[in-house]
Amino acid sequence: MTTTTLEQPQQGIPRLTPDELETPPLSLSQLTWRRFRRHRMAIFGAITLFLIVVYAFGGMLVFSEADANHTETGNALQAPTAQHPFGTDTIGRDILARTIYGGQISIIIGLTAMLVEVIFGVTIGALSGYFGGWLDNVLMRITEAVLVVPQIFLLLVMARYFSQSIPNIKFIGRTFSGSVLVIIFVIGITSWPYLARIVRAQFLSVKTNDFILAARATGTSTRDIIIRHILPNISAPIIVSATLSVAAAIILEAYISFLGLGVKPPTATWGNMLEGAYNYIESAWWLWFFPGILIALIVLSINFLGDGLRDALDPHSRAL
Amino acid sequence: MTRYIIRRLLQAIPLLFIISVVLFVMMNAMGDPLATMGGRKVTKPADRIRLAHQLGLDKPVCAQYIYWLIGNDWTKQVGEIPKPNAGVFTPIVQCLDPRTYIDADAAGVRKGVLRGDWGISLVNRQPVTKVIGARLPNTLLLMVTAEVIIISAALLIGIYSALHQYTAMDNFTTATTFVFYSMPVFFFALLAMYLFSVNFRKWGLPYLPTVGMFEPGAGQTVIQVAWHMVLPVATLSFGFIAGYSRYIRSAMLETLEQDYVRTAKAKGLPRPEVVYVHALKNAALPIVTLVALDLPFLLGGAIVTERIFGWPGMGRLFLDHVERSDTAVVMGILMMIAVAVIIFQIIADITYAWLDPRIRYK
Repeated sequence: MTTTTLEQPQQGIPRLTPDELETPPLSLSQLTWRRFRRHRMAIFGAITLFLIVVYAFGGMLVFSEADANHTETGNALQAPTAQHPFGTDTIGRDILARTIYGGQISIIIGLTAMLVEVIFGVTIGALSGYFGGWLDNVLMRITEAVLVVPQIFLLLVMARYFSQSIPNIKFIGRTFSGSVLVIIFVIGITSWPYLARIVRAQFLSVKTNDFILAARATGTSTRDIIIRHILPNISAPIIVSATLSVAAAIILEAYISFLGLGVKPPTATWGNMLEGAYNYIESAWWLWFFPGILIALIVLSINFLGDGLRDALDPHSRAL
Repeated sequence: MTRYIIRRLLQAIPLLFIISVVLFVMMNAMGDPLATMGGRKVTKPADRIRLAHQLGLDKPVCAQYIYWLIGNDWTKQVGEIPKPNAGVFTPIVQCLDPRTYIDADAAGVRKGVLRGDWGISLVNRQPVTKVIGARLPNTLLLMVTAEVIIISAALLIGIYSALHQYTAMDNFTTATTFVFYSMPVFFFALLAMYLFSVNFRKWGLPYLPTVGMFEPGAGQTVIQVAWHMVLPVATLSFGFIAGYSRYIRSAMLETLEQDYVRTAKAKGLPRPEVVYVHALKNAALPIVTLVALDLPFLLGGAIVTERIFGWPGMGRLFLDHVERSDTAVVMGILMMIAVAVIIFQIIADITYAWLDPRIRYK
């Protein structure tokens, strides 16, 4: 045993005070919000989106649905005036009122189709990524099969297949064309493959972590491992992808309605208001301009929002 | 490599089989093709039954699919086909009964898809290959032109904004590409038509045509077709130009930071050589895959574009025949697209491996 010859400090080593102790650490959501706030485009997108939602749902207070479906054939194809600020369509319905009620349907279709997509995509991706083996093989072959036929072709065939005799539905005191349900379902079940692939890839990488091993060692059930240990860790890509798919669903609805196989009148959507409008390209620009610009705006703002979320939710992002 | 390609091709076979079964079943349940047959009205019930029988539409779906796939020239002529009666299970019983397939009241003449016979269109009684063949060149013309423009414009814009990062011009193109990227195809088309066709005519400027491939009076000359292609090609390409130029911009910015680019600069190489040879070559690599894998989206854009501009291509053919439940033509188009998409996916993988020696497939 040798005794140390080093001189001992007189007062002890001064304790380092980490920054965290002086200012309380930011929580994950605070960090996310800080990064999101920095993203000017995302803020612009969020505000525009908010305004469009207020327009579509607040407009209900000004116009009743009867206004939106009120036909006045003597007043058809009128240019914008004080009485009809957005003009009237081919059978004299007020376009302003129709963009309000159509907007509601378009937004609802976007959100619900996204939900259908997320349910399918996350379930299939999770099963495939977590269990692997033959299940993964089968599910990924199905995913590939859906991806091989371009979505719009698949949508057109399916929309026609499912929409043969769907009765109108009554919901919260309003009557909707049954085709709304068909379109939501059809868009949802043709959009999930991309999400399923993202989720699967995330599962493959997260499930090799030690904390999953620890969870399994302590006897956590498979269901809990998937739902409580893995899914919260991969929520960021799912949220971003879900946000962007709302925009994609709104555009897809507009495409198939525009091509005449989507939501049937009298229920208005921004998409079916455009149907046949290209025949009036010369004589009545207001027929297609207002629903078109609303679709373009909502898609743009959702895309900005998704972009901002992608940066804000990324824990590796250093921007504060 | 050869083994890899062969394996990929073999994997595609079950894939195509599943797709064809699902699509065929959906097409068959999609409505009554006799109701809209080529404008002819089939009203008498007896006529309908006779016609359905003639076209083989009274057979169960499974038999129709088998005939579509491998033909029916092996069926035998028998007098009477026994009809099973098993309630809800009748279709299943019928499908499991080999007599459903073998017995017909006349030996068939169809050879089936696997032997190159794609069937006959219900709408105009012409072979499917002929119907599609008439429209395919028009769509290809549109798509190839659009693809050339997409790639060259995206390269130009992407490289320019990467080299002039954060200048006014870069910010402007960034904002513009974002707007174009989110704009629905039909809205762009309608705006372009309104501006360049309707208003230009009003202002007495040379205006662009909006419908068809050529003026009926002028005939199908090269100039006419090129003039009529301007708006459809612009409509088809704008979204892709926006997307790809963003991609090239970020890829270029990343490559310009690499050590080998700094080395090239330090060696005193002229700037164009550094940018176009050292940086661009590496930055453009992922574009190859992107272009090949985006084929389904380009086809999807084509269907809307062709409808708006009345372009006589496959997209419009598809729409017209879906509306009339013409299984043979719709299946032909869909299977052709599926095969094209699969082949392009394989090409994308192969070119990528060929361009990037770090990647090896086994």
